[in-house]
Formats: sequence, structure tokens, C-alpha cells
Amino acid sequence: MSDTAMTTATASASATAATASERRINMIEAINEALDIMMDRDPDIIIMGEDVGYFGGVFRATAGLQEKYGKTRVFDTPISECGIIAAAVGMGAYGLRPVPEIQFADYIYPGLDQLISEAARLRYRSAGEYIAPMTVRSPFGGGIFGGQTHSQSPESLFTHVAGLKTVIPSTPHDAKGLLIAAIEDNDPVIFFEPKRIYNGPFSGYYDQPVQPWKAHTDSVVPEGYYRIPLGKARIVREGEALTVLAYGTMVHVTEAVCREKGVDAEIIDLRTLVPLDIEAIETSVKKTGRCLVVHEATRTSGFGAELSALVTERCFYHLEAPVERATGFDTPYPHSLEWAYFPGPVRIGEAIDKVLAE
Amino acid sequence: MANRPQDTAGHNSPGLTLHVPEPHYRPGDAVDFSHLTVSEPGAQPRPDEACPAAETHPLATDLIRVLGDDNQAHGPWNPRLDAETLRTMLRHMALTRAFDERMFRGQRQGKTSFYMKCTGEEATSISAAMALAADDMVFPSYRQQGILIVRGYPLVEMINQIYSNKGDKLKGRQLPIMYSSREHSFFTISGNLATQTPQAVGWAMASAIKGDTRIAATWVGEGSTAEGDFHAACTFAAVYNAPVILNVVNNQWAISSFSGFAGGERATFAQRGAGYGLASLRVDGNDALAVYAAERWAANRARANGGPTLIEHFSYRAEGHSTSDDPSGYRSAQEREEWPLGDPIMRLKNHLIALGEWDEGRQEELDRACAEEVKAATKEAEKNGILGHGMHHPFRTMFEDVFEELPWHLKEQAAQANKERRIKWPEREGEQ
Repeated sequence: MSDTAMTTATASASATAATASERRINMIEAINEALDIMMDRDPDIIIMGEDVGYFGGVFRATAGLQEKYGKTRVFDTPISECGIIAAAVGMGAYGLRPVPEIQFADYIYPGLDQLISEAARLRYRSAGEYIAPMTVRSPFGGGIFGGQTHSQSPESLFTHVAGLKTVIPSTPHDAKGLLIAAIEDNDPVIFFEPKRIYNGPFSGYYDQPVQPWKAHTDSVVPEGYYRIPLGKARIVREGEALTVLAYGTMVHVTEAVCREKGVDAEIIDLRTLVPLDIEAIETSVKKTGRCLVVHEATRTSGFGAELSALVTERCFYHLEAPVERATGFDTPYPHSLEWAYFPGPVRIGEAIDKVLAE
Repeated sequence: MANRPQDTAGHNSPGLTLHVPEPHYRPGDAVDFSHLTVSEPGAQPRPDEACPAAETHPLATDLIRVLGDDNQAHGPWNPRLDAETLRTMLRHMALTRAFDERMFRGQRQGKTSFYMKCTGEEATSISAAMALAADDMVFPSYRQQGILIVRGYPLVEMINQIYSNKGDKLKGRQLPIMYSSREHSFFTISGNLATQTPQAVGWAMASAIKGDTRIAATWVGEGSTAEGDFHAACTFAAVYNAPVILNVVNNQWAISSFSGFAGGERATFAQRGAGYGLASLRVDGNDALAVYAAERWAANRARANGGPTLIEHFSYRAEGHSTSDDPSGYRSAQEREEWPLGDPIMRLKNHLIALGEWDEGRQEELDRACAEEVKAATKEAEKNGILGHGMHHPFRTMFEDVFEELPWHLKEQAAQANKERRIKWPEREGEQ
């Protein structure tokens, strides 16, 4: 597989006016377009999941695809995540390239054995005779009043598993290019879509009106095929004061906080957690000497712990302050207290102050 | 259901009791199989392969049998195989038993860590596999070595895998007997239970999506039907009318837990299929002809777009679960001796003799030849080493195949493993 793909080295994330030639779409449209393009290119790709067929998915990510590609390539499934993942393993063994959807990341747990003990290990245990070239798409994260079963960020359950790749886009542009790369990848990929930013980036101020993607430059999405290689981070904003490592929704919240505080942060959108772009992280932290990790997931044993350890191990003598984490609390995701739980501007702002104070 | 009165203080009805299943016999107990209903061979109707699934459901509580006590084949399920095919079946079964004997001994001699015999259950994989096309995809559990024997997988390769030696195509990564052979349409064995069942359904769905002609078959133990995966498999198979055969080998025991702990006291395992609307057959798993006939019926049905079938193979695990348990610690030794459905090899042998197509002398010759063949294969495999005598695979193989390409963190860890090797095993310097 060639990695001649386009990488957006730096991208201005500030809102600008659209020019006539630019096509701007939201993240759902970008995902739908990636699926459409790939289904058209490769007859071995099938899509299945709860409500993905005729209805087009509860978030509309598969809208129109059944009509276009037929019922045997895009179809609804029983409500059995175990069965969905297991069927995808069997289909992969046959030679198909399944792209199952798990309706919410919170629902993925009944499929864990099939992901962890099966999909992730087929290549290894069969010494390459069988592989599981599947991409499991699933909306994740909170901020939509989803309560404890429609808000979780379980990415570190998957980054802990040998043999799985974990990808999390933060913009329509990246969602399309990363999803195409994930589908083409011959290893199983968990593709978590931050559903809070399906329709627009999020500043962290839940009481302010949603800014649509069309007002954001990263909603400019080229038509047709392009891929963003897995394992390449994106420098959202170059800066000198500190490095902030984030992904998904938190990229946008961090950006808004830094803008508001006037902090010259270097914000890195990791895009893929495994494989991780360690080079981008090291280069940045060695330059700034300070590092904050931001994620929405619960704190203990979260991916931030891994990032903090890696930065400490590899950049210790460049650090001027301890690595900080701004994360969700170690509680289930509460419904009414959602915005007390969410690592918003106050928590991130305080963490930035702490990293800069030393 | 009785209404529970609001005011229950002082009531005098007995308290609730929990039922914990208990097998009929424990070590030392005399056995009596009078509670088992053993149907008359030849008495079960054979529905048309294209029949509605419900027409098979009376067979889910019956027992399809062909071979009678008179050693003759009876009734509509008689597959009418020619003598040469029957002899081939007998040879596969004898070879499998000889292989099991020697591998079990090899484990006791310290040549490997683990082994599992299929003694008494040979027909459930061998006769079934012979009823399938050679390129039908199989998703076995861990006791279907007979399928590989039928499909001509070399014994030496099996033993290399069992020994995790340098000839092991799986690079010593898997526990013994967890074979994989794509070339023989044999899926990589997991070791986790029942995971293969819904995977087989997925493969069958893919075959149907592509308009292929191949079907899938999978095997699971009766104990593992309690796993959620089994129920996902039944649901998906029914929903998509998948061309798949779900074989449930009811060998009565899951290590030390009898079938009652999988619900066997309440219903047959074939009846579970009926609940999902699957065609469901219950067959005498020690009757090689009945197993062949049932599997062939299901294969023909699936290949004609008739959909899935669940087959319960009613059998008996004549030996321990594996080399790691001693069945005399939890069940009566008499169970095996007096099992009313006999031994599958003996029954097929006696049938061939009754047909005038076999005799005791030829059987002895066959058993000797099988033992010799296994012995020769063992000697050949041992040239590649045995488990524990040296690390047979280069260290880098530990990190390969986790992903298609090595990411940086595995490269770093591979370097660490190599560094440790130089310290721990300096004599292996120079290996990759």
C-alpha cells in the first residue's frame, strides 16, 4: 500500500469565509462520501449494522448507500454486536472487506471477545493465513446529552489490544481521508467518530450556538479519492509555549481555549492512537518543553496515561514542567451533570496554567 | 404464575430452592442408561431437503439412526455408500484414533505441553467432513482433527504444530492442536469457545453475497452452546438464511461439567435450533452412516439455497477433556464401558464385516498400518524438534504478524527482545 497520500502538515483552523470554488461538507457527509467512494472502487466492501440499510443509519452516515449498492452490500443486522463483529471476521476470512457499524461505541462491549480474541489475533495465530481486514465504525464521545450509554470514549480498551489500530478523526477533511485509509488497511481498525462534532466543531461552551462545519476551513473536502495515512498526526497550530496532545472533539475545545487565553500552544491532533506518531510528539515537546494531554475519556488508565509516560520517557530532559492531563472524571458519564463531567474550558485552562506556571 | 400476596409475613409456603444440576453418575456409581431413549434404527422419517424447517423439528427430539444391532443399515437415512467409501471412512477413523493415541503418549513423554483426543467422537468429524465438498469452508472447534485427516493434511504438519517445532507453519504461536490450513479450507482454531460459530455464519453470508457455490460448516461442543456467540450464530443464520451447517457435538461432558450445565436437562441441543426456525436434526453421533446422511442432507439443503441446519451429534467423550484432566475424578468409569450407542469405529467395522466387505484380519492389518504411518510421521516431525528443546523460531517472529507491518513500538520491543537474548542465551548469537 503506498503512502503517497496527502497529509495536511499544518492547517489553519480558524473560521474563514468560503470561496466559490471550495466545497464544504460536514463530517457525516464526509464519512458517507468515503464509504460511497470505497464501495464503488471495491466490490468486496460491504456495510452492515443496526439500522444502516434502508434507513441509512441513526446518524445518516450510510444514507443512500443501500439504494445505490443493493441490499446484499449494505444491510441491517440483528441487535447483536457479537454477531456483527463475528460475521465480519468470517467475511474477512472469505475475502470480503467488511465495514460494520456499531451504532454507539457504548454498545461495542458485547463484541469485544470477537474483536480482542479473534479479529486482532487472526493474522498472528494463523501466521498470516487469515486476516481481518475490517473497519469498525462507531460514533463515540459525549456532549449530546446521551447519558451513560451514548457518551463513552472507550478508545483505551482498544489501544491496549495487540493487533488493533485505533483511529479518531477531528475534521470532515480528515474523516474522509482516514476512513479511506482504514478501509484499505489489511488490519482491523477501530474508527471512532466524535459524534459531538458530526455537524460542527465544538468550542466547549455548551450554551453557545453550534457553529456549522461550513464556517470552518477543515470542512473543505476534495471530491473523489484521497487517503491520509494511519499513524500521521496533524499539527493543528504551531506554537512555542507548550504542546497539547488531543484527538477528536477535544482538538477543537483545546483550540478555542488557547485562542481565548491567548496561549501560543502547539496543538497536535493525533488522528491515530495506534499506530501513534511518536515522532511528531517528540519533536514538538522537545521544542516547547511542556506538555498537556487532553481527552474526554475517564482518567485512570486512559490513553493520556500512555501519552504522559511516553513523553516522560522520551523527552524528560527537555521538560520544564510535569506532563499534565485534562480528562473526563472517573465516573460513568452522567446525564444531567454532563457539562460538569466534560473536560471543558475551565479544566483545560487550569491545566494549561499549571503546565506554564512551573 | 401464582400472585405474590402483598402481606407475606408469617406465610407458611416453602421457601424457594435453587436447582443445581447433578449428573446421573459419579465415580464408583453403577450406571443405568434406562433414562436414555434410544430410537429404533431406520425408524426416523427423512424429510425432503427442501422442506420447511418446521418439518424437521420432530427430528430434534428423536435420534436419527441407520446402523442397527444387526450391523445392517436401515431406513430412509441410509446414505447407501459403496463399500470402498465405507472402507475409506473406516481408515480415516482408525488413523485418527492411532494418531490420538500416539500424540497423547507424546505429551506424557514430555514432547509437548498439551493434547486433546477425539476418541469415540471420530464419526462426528470424519463422516461429516466426507459429506461436504473438499472446498467447503470448515470452522472447527478443537476436537475435529478428523477433518484434517479426511482432507489429506499431512500428519507431519499436524505433529510439527503439536510440537511447536521449527517446522510448525504457525511459528510456534499456538497451543498444540490449534491448527490452521487455508489450503484445506480449515479455519484457524481459536481456543476461545464458540467464537467460530458466528464466524462460520459470516463466511457463509459472504459466500451467498458473492453467488459462490461453497457452503460453511462449523462444530461446537454442547457445553459451549451456552456462549452468547452460539445464539448470535443461530440468529444470523436464520435471519439471512445462510448456507451453513451448525454441528453441535454433544459428547455429554465439558471437562467435568455434564450437559445439564448447558441446559441439557430441559431440552435437546437440536431443539435450540427449532426455536430459531432452523432446520434441526438430532443424530446418533456414533453411527457413522447416520452422521454422513444428516450432514449430506444439510449440505444439499444449504447448497440449494435452502438455508442453515443445526445438527446435534449425540455422542460420548470416551476419554478426558485433554491431557490436563483425569475423568475418573468426576464421572463413573462404567459410563464409557456401557454407553448404549457403542463405539463408532467398532460399529462401522462390524457393518462392513456384515456386508462381507471386511474381516478381522484386515482390520488388524489396518490398525497396524495406521500405527506405522503415525510412527513414521512422528519420527519425521521430531527431526524438526520438540517443545522445550530449544527455541525453534527466530525472535523476530514473536513480533511479526501482529500487524501487516511493524510499527515503531514493536520495532523497539523487538530490539529489546534481541538484547535480552544476547544476555540470556549468548550461544544463540548470530540468529535473527
